[in-house]
Amino acid sequence: MSDLRSLYEEVILDHNRNPRNYLHKPEGANHHAYGFNPLCGDEFTIHLTLKDGVITDVGFEGAGCAISTASASLMTEAIKGMSVAEADALFRSVHNLLTHEGEAGDIGKLQVLSGVHEYPARVKCATLAWHTLNAALHNDKETVTTE
Amino acid sequence: MSAVSPMAAMPLDIDRVRGDFPALHQQVHGNPLAYLDNAATTQKPRRVIEAISHYYEHDNANVHRGVHALSIRATAAFESARERVRAHLNASSEREIVFVRGATEAINLVAQSYGRACIGADDEILITEMEHHSNIVPWQMLCEQTGAQLRVVPINDAGELVPGAFEDLLGERTRLVAISHCSNALGTINPVREMITRAHAAGAKVLLDGAQAAAHLAVDVQALDCDFYALSGHKLYGPTGIGVLWARGELLDAMPPWQGGGEMIRQVSFEKSVYAPPPARFEAGTPNIAGAIGLAAALDYLDALGLANIAAHEQGLLAYATDRAAATPGMRIIGTAAHKASILSFELEGIHPHDLGTIFDSEGVAIRAGHHCAMPVMKHFCVPATARASFGLYNTRDDVDALFRAVDRARDLFA
Ligand SMILES: Cc1ncc(COP(=O)(O)O)c(C=O)c1O
Repeated sequence: MSDLRSLYEEVILDHNRNPRNYLHKPEGANHHAYGFNPLCGDEFTIHLTLKDGVITDVGFEGAGCAISTASASLMTEAIKGMSVAEADALFRSVHNLLTHEGEAGDIGKLQVLSGVHEYPARVKCATLAWHTLNAALHNDKETVTTE
Repeated sequence: MSAVSPMAAMPLDIDRVRGDFPALHQQVHGNPLAYLDNAATTQKPRRVIEAISHYYEHDNANVHRGVHALSIRATAAFESARERVRAHLNASSEREIVFVRGATEAINLVAQSYGRACIGADDEILITEMEHHSNIVPWQMLCEQTGAQLRVVPINDAGELVPGAFEDLLGERTRLVAISHCSNALGTINPVREMITRAHAAGAKVLLDGAQAAAHLAVDVQALDCDFYALSGHKLYGPTGIGVLWARGELLDAMPPWQGGGEMIRQVSFEKSVYAPPPARFEAGTPNIAGAIGLAAALDYLDALGLANIAAHEQGLLAYATDRAAATPGMRIIGTAAHKASILSFELEGIHPHDLGTIFDSEGVAIRAGHHCAMPVMKHFCVPATARASFGLYNTRDDVDALFRAVDRARDLFA
């Protein structure tokens, strides 16, 4: 299939090879969450430093496929410096980008994840880190699964 | 493989065989389908599909309940399917053949009926590290209910049982040994014949999970001398939703029912119900009649080809694929037992199995990526998941070549 490249964009392959903020433990991290996809075994833990409603630092650890790893890596880059409200809005935009349930709007570099929509079996890979972020920000659950 | 008969195997007429399976003849993402996910489920030959349609078009009725012509025909077809299964497994009586939904239900039946009646707080159940979750969880549930202990025979890095470990763990408290005849995640064929002899000498009963093995080797329950044998129709080129528990007649006779309802009783009153003898005692409710008929057609098909011939064909493919894997940089086979069925589990350095699954699919190559319902096996090999190609009777060297073209494609993409 010629459009395999639309799933495995160069940016995604790059973030898979060299994930950003990976194994980085933010100073004063005060929000954490663990996400797990029991179907494929992908698992990530996200650590956040939240100061006065702003994400001042973020890091993640764990292991997963290229889509879930790149999505986590791109996410950490995007949310650093955002307020919780901005991160929540971005979470919804990415969700819309992947599921076409609504308008994604302009989401900059994260647009590279748009190809995932054509691969329904892989949407959960791309959303794992985002659901984990959501849990870390709102401390609602200890473990998130994308099943 | 030990199961190949010493007589020279007859080569399969592979073009004709492939012609028997309608689903194989399709393009997937513009490429001819290479279906290599047979350990998950097999495709169905036309005669299975036709047997099911014929039943629904002509004979559909409930069984054992009507005096009308259709019910009599349906009952006869259902009961002759039972006889067909008996013959295939060389069981001594068709009363020993219980129709269930699949291997999972067969194992749960043994756990909840035999297990709850005969296994107590000081007893041990012995399984292995390579079991499918369906041969782990029912025993854990039983242990919780009865206080029995679950003991686990470890595997080595080839994916074989550690030599001597089974004998060490087998003791006077061992009431039941539950092992896979063939592992779905590794392909390992266990030395069940010797294990059964030892287990019986220690006073334990033996359940074999034959979900995988039954598609690759001829199963003779009397020669094996096991006590319970579980299998799934859909892995045997038959339909989903039908499977078999074979159990020794004297064990079944003594086992209590595990589900109540119609079919399984002899007499019901509000004071007391009297249960039917086996196998009806274990078949509460309307059974999967079409499924049983389809399974019988699948066994006809398998026995006409001959399991020894099928095994020889599959072993040729496995050897070819194993050689190609060895020549592929970064490819590690997971499961290198001396006795293996045609299952190739592997990882490719730097590419997650889930990505392999998607890339292979784009080439028309269907494999399974995941933990294969054998999380303890993944843990043993320190991998989150593996990619698994499993070969069936209709696969060819072309399918293996397509697999390795897809491997090259993945390596190029991720280079
Ligand atoms: C070794 C083994 N045991 C048990 C099962 C369960 O079979 P089913 O899901 O058909 O009940 C499987 C199927 O994947 C298997 O491979």
